[in-house]
Amino acid sequence: MKAGRLLAIFWTFLRMGPFTFGGGYALIPVIEREIVAKRRWLREEEVADIVTAASSIPGAAGVNSAAFIGHRLAGVAGAAAALLGILLPAFCIMIALLLVYVRIKDHPKIEGAFTAIRATVVALIAYAAFRIGRNAVFDFITGAFAAAAVALLALGGGYVHPFWIVVLGAAGGIAAVKIRTRLGRPARLDKKEKEKEEEREPVYDYMI
Amino acid sequence: MLLGLFVVFFLAGLVSFGGGYAMIPFIQEEVLHRRHWMDAAQLADVIAVAGMSPGPIAANIAAAVGYQKAGLAGAVVAVTAVVLPSFLVILAAGKLLVRHRGHLLTKSAFYGLRPVVTGMIAWAAFTFAQYAGMTEGATWFALSQFLIFAGSLWALTRLHKHPFSVLILSGLVGAALYG
Repeated sequence: MKAGRLLAIFWTFLRMGPFTFGGGYALIPVIEREIVAKRRWLREEEVADIVTAASSIPGAAGVNSAAFIGHRLAGVAGAAAALLGILLPAFCIMIALLLVYVRIKDHPKIEGAFTAIRATVVALIAYAAFRIGRNAVFDFITGAFAAAAVALLALGGGYVHPFWIVVLGAAGGIAAVKIRTRLGRPARLDKKEKEKEEEREPVYDYMI
Repeated sequence: MLLGLFVVFFLAGLVSFGGGYAMIPFIQEEVLHRRHWMDAAQLADVIAVAGMSPGPIAANIAAAVGYQKAGLAGAVVAVTAVVLPSFLVILAAGKLLVRHRGHLLTKSAFYGLRPVVTGMIAWAAFTFAQYAGMTEGATWFALSQFLIFAGSLWALTRLHKHPFSVLILSGLVGAALYG
């Protein structure tokens, strides 16, 4: 029974693999459909709560949601089964792509292709910054935080490890909110919910 | 080497708030500057291949770097390491997280985290622009690279094209232009 449950969890998430293509914007609605409507393992609100919680810890929200749901359904083994299911197809395809890449990368045409693709990678990264930034930078303090991170990396290159900048950011956020609350001017912690809804897909943004 | 891969990607997984691209500044620092596992062009190619493959970018980058450095075992170790931090957090505090989702402390941490991550990714984009030769001055190469960058950004933001198709199209342009 237990093994059957684990296999079902593994299989359900394995089949979601194709939807995670290119980073997986589409994964969260698919999780909702499979887990709530088809399998009836959880209720819709439960999945929504899990997705919210999953985006408050490190890692991609979709993968975290999978582990969360697996854990809820069948404990540690369930979480592992869900993770394995969601990661295995992508992993195999990634290895296959790498095998091809290693084989062909020295061909002049392919070298040319990757020279241009390096410029496209810049666009992908800039786009990621833009998508996180539009919900992140909305007042003076958040603007200052973003500028400070850039300054630390630009000026302290090689001395300031990105790890500590992330830690500083979290600590600074908590401190800033505490101070403002004490001054009697509590900060707005999010872009207005309404604005967010208008933009739609706030959660899928995290996945790419 | 396997231990090194594990340490790097475990820590990367620990700080990748907001998904895969948030991890790039960290990977750059460790893989390029501190451990010299790859050069800048190789890392850019790895990110490109990761963007073409299904699955979360973080796991794909981990698989690619791990594979290049230590074969299949390296890929398995790196992917395991990168998902392990969130896995452990979910096991240890999953129920608590769901119950206290939207708690003030979490919210205020993210109030500071998100802009910092934004700044870090923006800076990463700038450094990758250097690797791509876009900042080398007024040369035809820098100009064409900049145009490819601008066209890609336009396709992603305005035309809402999928990263996969943008990467493929850009590759075709590159093969014709530079090949």
